[in-house]
Amino acid sequence: MQVMTDLFARIFGDGLSPLGLLVAGGLTMALIMALVMALCAIVFTWAERKVAGFIQSRYGPMRVGRWHGVLQPVADMVKILGKEDIVPQDADKPLFLLAPFVIFVGSLMAWAAIPFAPGFIAADLDLGLFYIFAVSSAATIGILMAGWASNNKWSLYGAARGAAQAVSYEIPLALACIPVVMITGSLNMNDIVIAQQGGIWRWHFLHDPFLFVAFLLYFVASIAEVNRGPFDLPETESELVAGYHTEYTGMRFAFFFLAEYANLFLVSCIATAVFLGGWQPLFGPVFLPGLVFVIKAVLLVLLQMWLRWTLPRLRVDQLMHVCWKVMVPLALVCVLGAGIWMLATGQAG
Amino acid sequence: MSETAAGRGWGGQDVRRELHSELLEINMGPQHPATHGVLRLLVRTDGEIVHGVTAHIGYLHRCAEKIAEGCDWRQWMVYTDRFDYLAPINMNFGYAVAVERMLGVKVPERAEHIRVICAELQRIASHLIAIGTFGLDMGAWTPLLYCFREREEILNILERLTGGRMLYNYFDIGGLRFDAYDGFERDVLAFVNIMEQKIPEYDTLLSYNKIFIERTADVGVIDLATCLAYGCTGPVLRGAGVPFDCRKDDPYSIYDRFEFDIPYGEGEQGTVGDCWDRYMVRMREMYESCRIIRQAVDALPGGPVKAEDLKKLVKVPQGSLYTRTESSKGEIGYHVFADGGSKPFRTKVRSPSFSNLHVIEKVGPGMMLSDLVATVGSLDIVLGEIDR
Repeated sequence: MQVMTDLFARIFGDGLSPLGLLVAGGLTMALIMALVMALCAIVFTWAERKVAGFIQSRYGPMRVGRWHGVLQPVADMVKILGKEDIVPQDADKPLFLLAPFVIFVGSLMAWAAIPFAPGFIAADLDLGLFYIFAVSSAATIGILMAGWASNNKWSLYGAARGAAQAVSYEIPLALACIPVVMITGSLNMNDIVIAQQGGIWRWHFLHDPFLFVAFLLYFVASIAEVNRGPFDLPETESELVAGYHTEYTGMRFAFFFLAEYANLFLVSCIATAVFLGGWQPLFGPVFLPGLVFVIKAVLLVLLQMWLRWTLPRLRVDQLMHVCWKVMVPLALVCVLGAGIWMLATGQAG
Repeated sequence: MSETAAGRGWGGQDVRRELHSELLEINMGPQHPATHGVLRLLVRTDGEIVHGVTAHIGYLHRCAEKIAEGCDWRQWMVYTDRFDYLAPINMNFGYAVAVERMLGVKVPERAEHIRVICAELQRIASHLIAIGTFGLDMGAWTPLLYCFREREEILNILERLTGGRMLYNYFDIGGLRFDAYDGFERDVLAFVNIMEQKIPEYDTLLSYNKIFIERTADVGVIDLATCLAYGCTGPVLRGAGVPFDCRKDDPYSIYDRFEFDIPYGEGEQGTVGDCWDRYMVRMREMYESCRIIRQAVDALPGGPVKAEDLKKLVKVPQGSLYTRTESSKGEIGYHVFADGGSKPFRTKVRSPSFSNLHVIEKVGPGMMLSDLVATVGSLDIVLGEIDR
């Protein structure tokens, strides 16, 4: 945000009060983040269909936009805008209408603390990482609202599963990040990235064996957190029709879709910043930081897509088993191990 | 715990009335992605646990058996196509064999061989769908597309052979409607060569995937006693560890000339008769079908493909006969009653999926909802054949 306020200060000179600068900068940043989210959905829907096509030995979209169906997401968007907005007769109308936005806003808010490049961060919070986990769990409320308000038993199933899953997997997700916080001594996202300066060997996931395991735990938990295969239980197509968004149509459905892909990119961005050195390149000095950051995050997204189109889905009890009996204890071991490692190598205090 | 303490909450208030709970009744189908067509399962659940399942069928009932009474013996072949629309040739086969046995007609050698080749190709095609959609029920999309890739080759061969891609109407009483095209053997052998290489691919992608095994092993166990009680046949019975196959145990056509094994469930990953066993039986059967096809192609003789001494309007002598053949789903039986006229007096079809499906009411209670989906998928039902 500093970048934006500086920019506005340079443009308007003394014409804007500090408060005006803050508001203008904040609004611009929010707009950029919303655009990034929309762009995510557009690019990743296309990418997902292409990746799926590649894995399944077919082409995927090929018609719209001449080259490999690049304009397919645009065509989809136009189609979805033209769809009728249906609210089921027996639905809880206010909740039903509100739910997609709760999910969307929860996702949008988390973007504020993602450091894309030096200084290019909407809110440089001291509690950045904590803030991200806090607001992204608001999406759970949206899922529950959508499932309950739809007045559809399948939606309710999806919502119950979604809530249980999100609440459970937040724990290993956050626990996996704790060793990094211990090493960095800060929850500020900028500080975490800056601590990884100096090539790939300084990146947190290669810091010590415990952090490597923590990174893997984070990655698996993040897939579950965004409800994607093999952990896509809340929207299991073959069991729950479409889960909590079964009854949604048109733009409201699109918001769920948008939030899903934005969340996908979001967790990858967090992984990039926390474990994979953020905008720091593999070696050498900082070079095109924003691009480096996005490339790393996109590679993680592609990895998640690869997993989704390869693996079958877990069952509910197996999902909980993996979380509570495997991942949470492992994450705790990682926290302990990282602490011991720090003491042993003299990094502590 | 005393009775007074049982009904008291923390504040000492009476909570008995608030703690009222009931089972959730939920309709799975007739429009539901996991029910493979228009099956409706009325499921009573307590959260994720299934307490009762009732299968409601009949959404695809087309009075096929009644129609048989109004058309002549040859004409009804078209309707048998529409029973199991994923394996129409196996349906044709059963009816053709039934009428031929009543007539006492000898089918020409060439026709018998082509029949066996088609029926085995069809069995592979049907099993590919069963395996693919079973994977889909488990959330694995990709195997389905791979299965369809191979199935496409079978459809191409059958299209070249019969002109149809879904409903072939190729078999006729006393033989086939027309001879195979030039190069049929070459196409079939080329396909078999590809198919045998592809099966290990499915194994690595799906069969031995850890998650897949977790989802299917020890799930939906159908033991022999249940199979016998419900009349289950085909891969469901073989999955329960019984190597029973009409092709071997009650040979029809020329199946007694070929060498092939009958795969059966051994509980390799869990209990005998679980979903994984049923799945694996189908996987191995595709190998065996390839073996049969190779032998049939090698032995394919020349000559006519229709029984010569048969009139256009067949008249079947009075009597009744039950004939069973092995379709991809199990034992398809035709109980045919003839009154000596040119039309069947009555035909009764014994549908394998019908018997296999209703096991779900026995094994369903106590499962997780996801396991119910897995079990229905592993039964490989086709509603067209259940409802007829």
